[in-house]
Amino acid sequence: MCNCPVCDASVTISDDPVEGELLECEECGTELEILALDPITLGEAPEMEEDWGE
Amino acid sequence: MINVAIAGGSGYAGGELLRILLAHPDVEVVQVTSERLAGKFVHRAHPNLRGLTRLRFVPLGELSHCDVLFSCLPHGESARRIDDFRAVADRIVDLGADFRLTDPSVYERFYGRTHPRPDLLGRFVYGIAELNRDELRTASLVACAGCNATATILALRPLYQAGVAQSAVVEVKVGSSEAGNRASDASHHPERSGAMRSYKPTGHRHMAEIEAVLPGPVHFSATSVEMVRGILATCHVFVDRHAGIDDKALWKIYRRAYALEPFVRIVKDRAGIHRYPDPNILAGSNYCDIGFEADRNANRVVVLGAIDNLMKGAAGQAVQAFNIMHGLPERRGLEFPGLHPA
Repeated sequence: MCNCPVCDASVTISDDPVEGELLECEECGTELEILALDPITLGEAPEMEEDWGE
Repeated sequence: MINVAIAGGSGYAGGELLRILLAHPDVEVVQVTSERLAGKFVHRAHPNLRGLTRLRFVPLGELSHCDVLFSCLPHGESARRIDDFRAVADRIVDLGADFRLTDPSVYERFYGRTHPRPDLLGRFVYGIAELNRDELRTASLVACAGCNATATILALRPLYQAGVAQSAVVEVKVGSSEAGNRASDASHHPERSGAMRSYKPTGHRHMAEIEAVLPGPVHFSATSVEMVRGILATCHVFVDRHAGIDDKALWKIYRRAYALEPFVRIVKDRAGIHRYPDPNILAGSNYCDIGFEADRNANRVVVLGAIDNLMKGAAGQAVQAFNIMHGLPERRGLEFPGLHPA
């Protein structure tokens, strides 16, 4: 179990995590990437921005 | 079974209340009143309830004893009839504005008339469960909050509780059902359709409730928009620049306030198209969705609160309070999640 770096919600990690694995935070929807395994470190995954007309 | 009656059941809030209570497993609706439609089947006013009940409207004068009386009468009428109501019902849940406030001078300032029963002000528990759950457990008199006040208070209160809000400017966009089911010049279709009409830039009556709950200052404006149901409260909250409020801090504040609440959801999503609260998907549900974003450059936080004005802002709130008053699970009768697409 780790915490989302964006909203601090608990994020469940699989039993056999892999560096570079992508996860989604259930609460804030941020796509997360496993940056390191020992200890497990999560970061925001780079993502394609949707065009919101901005 | 708990026997309930609805006074003034021909309006939109009364119809929603009846829809919920007819399906509530612990409730039997024994009477629904309407002076205008006395003798008519309730589906004459609420066509969605056709085939679900054989109840007919009765006049107020025929109310007989019940365990709980819900009053959906127009503002002023509950206060005028409160002694009659207390004679027939052990408990009263008022969806109108008559007993929401405790100070008669504040009532007079916002409603422009002297309160007819100032002796009863303060005897009713204000019906927002998230504020007064413990008081509701033993209440026999409940005054449900105004719909705009409900959305605003639920959106803002955690920031005031956390001590980070200094002031707030609130703009609510509201649907046409807020105005009730009686026609007016403003509701005439060519006038109302497509409206984006500022109808109360200052001095809205629900400000009285907001000021009573939040330490403020809170400034409030209301705008009619093209929608039948729903309220979206956009709250610009100015925070102490030394408080270091960022999105992560806001998550913590709102989780602390609402993580255990059955009808408040935090909606702040980084993906998809539904990233912030949208009243459109709440139609018919009792949820209040709350989202937020910190603007650190301006020492400002934007909080968004969305509800269905007829549900969390009226009938749903009343049933949630009713459930608490009777020791029932809070979600009972209120499980409907809304529609998508709506």
